[in-house]
Amino acid sequence: MSKETKGLIYQLVAIAAAFAALVIWLVTADLTDTERQTLDPGTIWKYTQEHLQITLVSAVIVLLIAIPLGILLTRPSLRKAAPAVRAVANFGQAAPAIGVIVLLAFWLGFGPKTAVVSLVIYAILPVLSNTIVGLQQVDERLVEAGRGIGMSQMAVLFKVELPLAVPVMLSGIRTALVLLVGTATLATFINGGGLGILITTGVNLNLNVVLIAGSLMVALLALTVDWIGRLVEQLARPKGLS
Amino acid sequence: MSDSKISSSAASENTVSGASIMLQEVTKTYPGQKKSAVGGLTLEIPAGSIVMFVGPSGCGKTTTLKMINRLIEPTSGQIVINGEDVTTMNGDELRRRIGYVIQAGGLFPHMTVASNIAMVPKMLGWDKAKINARVDELLELVSLDPELYRDRFPKELSGGQQQRVGVARALAADPPVLLMDEPFGAVDPITRQRLQDELLNIQSEVQKTIVCVTHDFDEAVKLGDWIAIFNEGAQLEQYDSPERILANPASEFVENFIGSGAGLKQLTLTRVNEVDLVDAITTTPGKRASDVLSQLQGSGRKIAVVLDSRGRPLRRMDRRQLSRAEIIEGTYDPDLPVVGEQATLNDALDTMLVASAEYALVTGRRDVFTGIITVQTVMEAIAAANSSMDDHHEAPVGLNSGAINVVDIESEPAESGGEPA
Ligand SMILES: Nc1ncnc2c1ncn2[C@@H]1O[C@H](COP(=O)(O)OP(=O)(O)O)[C@@H](O)[C@H]1O
Ligand SMILES: [Mg+2]
Repeated sequence: MSKETKGLIYQLVAIAAAFAALVIWLVTADLTDTERQTLDPGTIWKYTQEHLQITLVSAVIVLLIAIPLGILLTRPSLRKAAPAVRAVANFGQAAPAIGVIVLLAFWLGFGPKTAVVSLVIYAILPVLSNTIVGLQQVDERLVEAGRGIGMSQMAVLFKVELPLAVPVMLSGIRTALVLLVGTATLATFINGGGLGILITTGVNLNLNVVLIAGSLMVALLALTVDWIGRLVEQLARPKGLS
Repeated sequence: MSDSKISSSAASENTVSGASIMLQEVTKTYPGQKKSAVGGLTLEIPAGSIVMFVGPSGCGKTTTLKMINRLIEPTSGQIVINGEDVTTMNGDELRRRIGYVIQAGGLFPHMTVASNIAMVPKMLGWDKAKINARVDELLELVSLDPELYRDRFPKELSGGQQQRVGVARALAADPPVLLMDEPFGAVDPITRQRLQDELLNIQSEVQKTIVCVTHDFDEAVKLGDWIAIFNEGAQLEQYDSPERILANPASEFVENFIGSGAGLKQLTLTRVNEVDLVDAITTTPGKRASDVLSQLQGSGRKIAVVLDSRGRPLRRMDRRQLSRAEIIEGTYDPDLPVVGEQATLNDALDTMLVASAEYALVTGRRDVFTGIITVQTVMEAIAAANSSMDDHHEAPVGLNSGAINVVDIESEPAESGGEPA
């Protein structure tokens, strides 16, 4: 069994164990009525679904923007623009997420849509950079060999460059997803829904159990998404690369 | 251009399937550069011949080569293949009909050997069965066992094997023209020599028009029917046969370029198949060793050569080894001194020295054993050789037009032509 496969198994076992511990703790803990109401399994499931929905919609939009943009920025004619665009994307990520979300809400209105817009701004960079880096590290001689045997530019892109860039691109996508799961917690500040509400409720009403349960749920969700990402990276790695 | 003149007729044995190439006043000036990388080059490349481009680094060899398949678009001038001007046709379609080999093969690492070779036939829309049959045929042609290598990935091959697959991929759709850019630059000297021998064997079967860039003058002499020696700006210093270039360097530049190679010219010019080989006692795995030994003693020879079922040498056995063995074993000896029959005597000597042997086994097409060359044979060949020049052949045309921005051209216009004396 490879080192990566072992790592995947350990991570899965750890996630399952932590989740079981959380459930046992919540079931056996001595909860007040308010806590019990807030932590009702049906409610938590609803928040989790909202959370995943915001994350996934943002992720799809990020992919739709960042991958084509990354491809364009590695074409000979646009190569020169890559550093500038990367600087802009960098700015999106470097700005504090909470600030971006709240400012955008005043401009675009409160609600899940604005949450998605700000999450997209926040998570574009890793996918964009890794698409660019992944494509740049493809040996130029392979591109030349492809062109030399009569492949069109498109054929070289889809059959040589992208397949060889897949490992680097996937790791950027995984990073973005984990970022998104964590940052989607902030959506609650602008009525965007998600698991963040457990944390704000916990803080506002001074309910520590709710606060801790909410934080752990987000952490476990992020770890699970990370695990799925790693699994996909394993499965999608082109054969023939060591 | 599906039925154009540059698609080759089926390559039957020993018929020229190559196409002639004509560069007409071809110039390439890269954007932002004053000097042309290639200045007004007119060059005739005869069908079915191997033309070698040599010259110092940066002189424009690669640029010239890549203008033939229009990986680099000429600034001006025409490229004519088999009488058809290909300067304005669709570049991708042109390139599917011209084989292209680069250093280290340029294989796609995420595709198997078979998929790499199948790239061009797939683009040309061949059906699966035809492609599979062609892949196996090509692997055989480059001496790789299809069963063993078809499904491997490039990283599971040695450098020399990758280069062979690169050649197979280039030949996949049976193109009339093969372009090679320093194909053997990345492998060790012994592997390089074998690959060169193999290329010559393949060429004797397929008779393509091959244009090959090298920085190694010995390689040019060994492989080339014609050698074009370039100076900066792809200025032709001389374009002629290896023999004539060695005998009559056209300029001091050429003389310097040939350098020490000239001293050994008899060794580099004479090929193994031009001297008399010694026959050998051969046997196959599974035979009784004592039978082979008595055969050997009867003939007065020192060694027996063990061949596989296709006649390729596996190992050699001397009398002592034979007397110890009972049955001839079929293990392969990787240190066996082997040269191709198209190798030069220089290569043969090298091989013997490396193996500390006073003989080398000679192989022909598809690595089939043809005989033994000994040190004595080589020495006799050198002694007997007199540089009898064949002065009756016509060298192909090659020259640069004067109208180019290369500085030193005006001072010595007479030298810029590469026409034979
Ligand atoms: N893509 C390019 N852009 C600009 N200049 C180039 C390019 N390719 C080659 N050159 C220049 O053209 C000249 C010839 O290069 P090249 O054909 O690669 O030489 P060679 O193959 O003989 O070493 C060199 O001076 C090189 O710097
Ligand atoms: Mg070069």
